[in-house]
Amino acid sequence: MKPEPPATAPATAPGTVPGTVPGSAPGTAPTAEAPAATSAETSAETPAEPPDEPSAEAPAVISLRGATASLGGRPVLRGVDLTVRRGEVVALLGANGSGKSTAVRSVVGQVPLSGGELRLFDTPSRRFRDWARIGYVPQRTTAASGVPATVREVVSSGRLARRRLGPPRAADRAAVRRALELVGMADRAKDSVSALSGGQHQRVLIARALAGEPELLIMDEPMAGVDLASQEILAGTLREQVALGATVLLVLHELGPLEPLIDRAVVLRDGCVVHDGPPPKAVGQHALPGHDHVHPHAAHDAEPIRTGLLT
Amino acid sequence: MLEILDYAFMQRALIAAVLVGITAPAVGIYLVQRRQAIMGDGIGHVALTGVALGFLTGTNPVWTAVAVSALGAILMELIRWYGKTRGDLALAMLFYGGMAGGVLLINLSPTGSNANLTTYLFGSITTVSREDVTAISCLAAFVVLITLGLRRQLFAVCQDEEFARVTGLPVRTLNLLLAITAAVTVTVAMRVVGLLLVSALMVVPVAAAQQATRGFAMTLALAVAIGVVVTLSGTVFSFYEDVPPGASIVVLAIGVFAVITALAAPLARRRARRTAVAEERCTLPLPGARAAAPGTGSPGTGGPDDVLV
Repeated sequence: MKPEPPATAPATAPGTVPGTVPGSAPGTAPTAEAPAATSAETSAETPAEPPDEPSAEAPAVISLRGATASLGGRPVLRGVDLTVRRGEVVALLGANGSGKSTAVRSVVGQVPLSGGELRLFDTPSRRFRDWARIGYVPQRTTAASGVPATVREVVSSGRLARRRLGPPRAADRAAVRRALELVGMADRAKDSVSALSGGQHQRVLIARALAGEPELLIMDEPMAGVDLASQEILAGTLREQVALGATVLLVLHELGPLEPLIDRAVVLRDGCVVHDGPPPKAVGQHALPGHDHVHPHAAHDAEPIRTGLLT
Repeated sequence: MLEILDYAFMQRALIAAVLVGITAPAVGIYLVQRRQAIMGDGIGHVALTGVALGFLTGTNPVWTAVAVSALGAILMELIRWYGKTRGDLALAMLFYGGMAGGVLLINLSPTGSNANLTTYLFGSITTVSREDVTAISCLAAFVVLITLGLRRQLFAVCQDEEFARVTGLPVRTLNLLLAITAAVTVTVAMRVVGLLLVSALMVVPVAAAQQATRGFAMTLALAVAIGVVVTLSGTVFSFYEDVPPGASIVVLAIGVFAVITALAAPLARRRARRTAVAEERCTLPLPGARAAAPGTGSPGTGGPDDVLV
């Protein structure tokens, strides 16, 4: 079941005793301690807390400095600093329109920066060509493609980063199969993607990114519109990847079931970083800027599921 | 029945028909996947100027058509990249400009007239020369090489362009290559199907095939099979009934589309019912868990187990 570590694995996991669930599990219980205060205290620039991740010393995989970008003349990023170090799991949070998606899309080169500097794997983004090291999961679009495609065909296209123009070899097919197994979609490999539910579709997109055996996973709202059964599988998949030494940058609307995995949260508001430090804990997510939960106290049926999934 | 093979012009027409039947759907599937089904039509209009240019300069219209339509296709691709807002108007300009330019140039040329142009507009089985067959064969080989050899890359680009770019695929090069391949295909098809109907042969077999398939590779294979069947039978029909082959081929293709749609409807309904059942099975535990949680009052114990099943 477990995937082979990527080719460069020896360098990736220097004793990453995989902090499967970084000690925050008790914190997720509804009976949490003082909510927002804790995050404010420790929000020093480099969090020197849990010893399970090599944060400060590990080399930066993504380094965004003073990034500015605009879409249609409107400034969306206004000087964003974002560093993701090897082995880290960083969540990018913020309200709709805060620029979190744009930030991620600029990291993968899909939104041009009007200013600032971006380095990927310690290479200026302009000269970065090693895209096979990055697995990108774009925001899921509901628009179906014009021609039917099977789950396997879509996932296989994630393998092109590794093999370019050659025909697929046994190793490529094995990687695709493994990626499908990781997200629990192996039995649907021959089905049309248009016949899948939103959550299953999202799992296919993640499998597509994993098929390239990347070192760095970049995901844009992987939990949006995903049913709970799929959320559980996604969290499990991600946990395995993190345990294997993968670095993850993900855009989230709220921490949700991924919370125990996340080492650091960067919160954006109006294109500026307003928080960079430990993730806002449990109930703290309701205090996030722009977070508008409208379920009064129906939340009590969401809580047990979240703790149950990850303990 | 086989006596039609005794005619040399018919042999050439049938060879050309098979090549069209293979290449048009093979390119068309990518255009349909990218929701650019109309692009073939645009190239067809532009190619008309190329044909007229051939008459004017006294060279084989196939080659001038390849050159002009490839330029037009590249221009359309560039408009797609850069002209986000006025893209449709620019494309319209290209369509009409191509058409008008063709009519203008053909009437300026000493040998050409609108009558010559008509055989290019709707196809003709009697006018496929030996020279044409050679040219069409070379061009078709190029199209097959690109559309089948690079099918995984082109699939990735047409399916999710942003992802393909992040994968590091040379997306711009592949898009330009696809545009040029589409232009070449239009030229391959213009002698038999005609420039006004070539787009139909790119789109209709694909539309027909995808009624019955679940995957891209299967759709491609079936679309090519449909394409070959309708071009061959349409060409033969035109031999007996003396109608432009383009018309009979396209009417046949639409007939095949109708038949497959009629046959596939029950199939799709059965498949839909099956997925509906599967989805029911997937989501059932969740309402159960939700219902159990408030009921028992101790949600921490009951809920997650249900979900983890």
